[in-house]
Amino acid sequence: MKSAVITFPGSNCDRDMHVALNKFGFKNQMVWHNDNELPKSDLVVLPGGFSYGDYLRCGSMASKSKIMQSVINFAKSGGLVMGICNGFQILVESGLVPGVLLRNKYLEFICKNVFVKIDNKDNPYFKNLDKDVFEFHIAHNEGNYFCTNDQLKEMQDNNQVAIYYCNDNGKIEEKFNPNGSLKNIAGIFNKEKNVLGMMPHPERMIDKSLSGEDGSLFFKNLINNIR
Amino acid sequence: MEVNEQIAIDHGLKKEEYKKICDLLKRVPNLTELGIFSAMWNEHCSYKSSRLHLKKLPTSGKKVIQGPGENAGVIDIEDGDAIVFKIESHNHPSFIEPYQGAATGVGGIMRDVFTMGARPIANLNSIHFGSSQHKKTKNLLRGVVHGIGGYGNCMGVPTIAGQTSFDSSYNGNILVNAMTLGLVKKNKIFYSKAAGLNKPVIYVGSKTGRDGIHGASMASASFDEKIEEKKPTVQVGDPFTEKLLLEACLELMAGDSIIAIQDMGAAGLTSSSIEMASKGNLGIELNLNKVPCRESKMTPYEIMLSESQERMLIVLENGKEDLAKKIFDKWDLDFAVIGKTTNSKNIELFYDEKQVASIPINTLVENSPMYDRKWKKTKLPKKNLIKKEDLKKFKIKEVLNKILSNPNVCSKEWIWQQYDHTVMGDTIQKPGGDSGVVRVHGTNKAVAATVDSSAIYCWAHPLTGGKQVVCESWRNLISVGATPIAITNCLNFGSPEKEENMGEFVECVKGIGEACEYLKFPVVSGNVSFYNQTKEIGIKPTPSIGGVGLIKDYKQMITMDFKEINNLVLIVGKTEGHLDQSLFARNILNEKNGPPPEINLFNEKNNGETILQLIKKNLVRSAHDVSIGGIITAVSKMCIKGNKGIEFNKPKYFISEIEYLFCEDQGRYVIEIEPKNLKKVISILGENSVHFDELGRIIDKNMIINQKTKVTIDELKSYNTNWLSEYMN
Repeated sequence: MKSAVITFPGSNCDRDMHVALNKFGFKNQMVWHNDNELPKSDLVVLPGGFSYGDYLRCGSMASKSKIMQSVINFAKSGGLVMGICNGFQILVESGLVPGVLLRNKYLEFICKNVFVKIDNKDNPYFKNLDKDVFEFHIAHNEGNYFCTNDQLKEMQDNNQVAIYYCNDNGKIEEKFNPNGSLKNIAGIFNKEKNVLGMMPHPERMIDKSLSGEDGSLFFKNLINNIR
Repeated sequence: MEVNEQIAIDHGLKKEEYKKICDLLKRVPNLTELGIFSAMWNEHCSYKSSRLHLKKLPTSGKKVIQGPGENAGVIDIEDGDAIVFKIESHNHPSFIEPYQGAATGVGGIMRDVFTMGARPIANLNSIHFGSSQHKKTKNLLRGVVHGIGGYGNCMGVPTIAGQTSFDSSYNGNILVNAMTLGLVKKNKIFYSKAAGLNKPVIYVGSKTGRDGIHGASMASASFDEKIEEKKPTVQVGDPFTEKLLLEACLELMAGDSIIAIQDMGAAGLTSSSIEMASKGNLGIELNLNKVPCRESKMTPYEIMLSESQERMLIVLENGKEDLAKKIFDKWDLDFAVIGKTTNSKNIELFYDEKQVASIPINTLVENSPMYDRKWKKTKLPKKNLIKKEDLKKFKIKEVLNKILSNPNVCSKEWIWQQYDHTVMGDTIQKPGGDSGVVRVHGTNKAVAATVDSSAIYCWAHPLTGGKQVVCESWRNLISVGATPIAITNCLNFGSPEKEENMGEFVECVKGIGEACEYLKFPVVSGNVSFYNQTKEIGIKPTPSIGGVGLIKDYKQMITMDFKEINNLVLIVGKTEGHLDQSLFARNILNEKNGPPPEINLFNEKNNGETILQLIKKNLVRSAHDVSIGGIITAVSKMCIKGNKGIEFNKPKYFISEIEYLFCEDQGRYVIEIEPKNLKKVISILGENSVHFDELGRIIDKNMIINQKTKVTIDELKSYNTNWLSEYMN
């Protein structure tokens, strides 16, 4: 299975994602933001970091990068595109998924483990996972998801909310919401469910010596689903 | 403008120094030249008050590849790998403008490390604020934490450990010390020594602006009521540009184009160009019209003294300009050939085709002033006689609550949660432990790092305090299973022109030197920050020690959380009941006098090496050194982290219970072992003549101190975790 990770100026989780994808069987290729064409890929990842220094608005300048036109075309033709953290912000800015990501409610960067609940497994990312609650890791300053009521309703009607912040038992309550996100939303799909944007970093949880191993479950399952 | 003595004094030079400049040049310098002298001769760049004493520190050893004198120190971690590391202060700017001051401190130290060809893999910091009651403290703390996070997070380098303290002596002068570790292949280290004639001198990175002019001079002076006017001397950081600069430099460094490279830190273009030429025993010629400027009509004086951030100066091999330019173009960074190396041994500056400065480089470097300042010895204070009956009135549980919630002991999670500590995917011990630990990417090795200081002990008796900080660093590395290798030091003191402060410096350095020598724990890099003083009041002497160690197999790393119920807990090292200068004495008894706990270097080394031996034999399940707050504080943290309790054994007290639990005798560790290994452990401790006591047994949920005193884990957590977040919100 082939994957591609895009490096924007200021990306800083590109290597981590590369390591994770290769570890679980992908043959990953790094792609420079200024390239025109995506290499042949089964999965394209927009990694975390501070593309363009988060200047103007997080993800906004990266969404206008040369390579993004190919990424958008790839997504529109049904290709799998996953945006993590800053990658999620880029997806939002490029219009591939609805809504915006605002500054965290308490105006502070947060780096810690959180629990998320998978709402819908009828998609190539989460299909066949045998549990619903995952321990993931977040590290962001602008992860406070927001959208209009109409957008929210449409997303809910289409089962587009991918994951919610919750506690270790899967309870979704405001007190388990680390950043003020609307309805505790931590990640969303596009309508077709081939594009996934989420704030947590599964690539930081791929080894029991690190923050945990739930990321390993996610990646192992993902490559099996694509095969 | 004609230069005269008054202008020199306004530049922070002394009368005699100005005279020396005129003598050396055999003429009066012009303004640009005077600016260059003042930048090179200030305390921050010239170490004029400290050099004499720093020379006495042990700086070599089997593992040392590069000691002090380069951008950073370098140590060997085997298999062709090396760690580049250094700590540096950014105290003065952080007090004036906390966000930018702290941010550029972090940016500056990372540049020092990647200038040497190393990719930064971990950041640490040691930050000190005034009393929590002081009106400025909250804002300064918030600004500094945001600044450190803002820069480090954007760079994608994990911040893995740190230290925060509060003391009223920092009310007018906070301390912000930033440390970075980088990883490099031993055969790909880059140095700042230029070589060869007519080699192109390249400027890369951000454009030069008017920010930070005379930053280094500002950092070499005390504060007064006009401090707010100094704001323009604080640099403004752009971590995004630095990230690009990092990637571009490492890309260029993969080839063989670079002869020498130096970041433009304190005193900007001035010190970077002079240092490279000086080390190579060459001259250097710069055409200032070629320097990329952010603002129009910048004068030679401003260009030379700007401390704009994210800039590098490189001496390239001839003919490599195009190749190098291509890389910097790719990363959208400025690139300009601004000069060349010469054999004149002068720094010669041209602007609008006119020579605007010409100074022999040796006058700026070798002939810079060096002072043997007067200093006063601090006598070892007399011990306080604390009556055993007086201690009986204290209720242990109440005292424990006060100690665990003390600003200097409480959990700093509010701070480190704002730092990305997991990016790069190799952080295997997060902040909050004895040391931060990162794996050496793609190997089984890991590097541990810690940063420590003990201003109270250093203030009470600088010689002992100096030794103690080094020992604490050593213990923090050992507690995670790392073999200590070397340190970097950041020496924060008041005015060297005051005998008391200079004495504190001299004796702390002596103590540091003695401990480093004995423990074979050399100093490979560092920095001195004097004039941490507002009007007549200086800070408590605060040397920060950054220690680095190696864990050969990262799976043998130790953490402090209690692991398993029924395991046994030992206290290794002798508990003698020293309360003077302890948290208990100062905060509960309100007794601020007396000597700090004594340092016995033999025991320190022996105890530490024995603990390492136990760890390497897989006999230790958790470990934590005993520091401020004593045994009970150490054990409480192990309980909190492991979510388990402990039942203390009835000790054979020769001292009172309070002394036993809260005293701060040095060289001690708390370790958890499995009952089946007790004999083995006792025999190893015995073979090495290491004293130990059986402290207790791990149980569920409660800390049972004696028949009358029981504290639940939830209580311990509430004592320890709430103070800082409540204070800040």
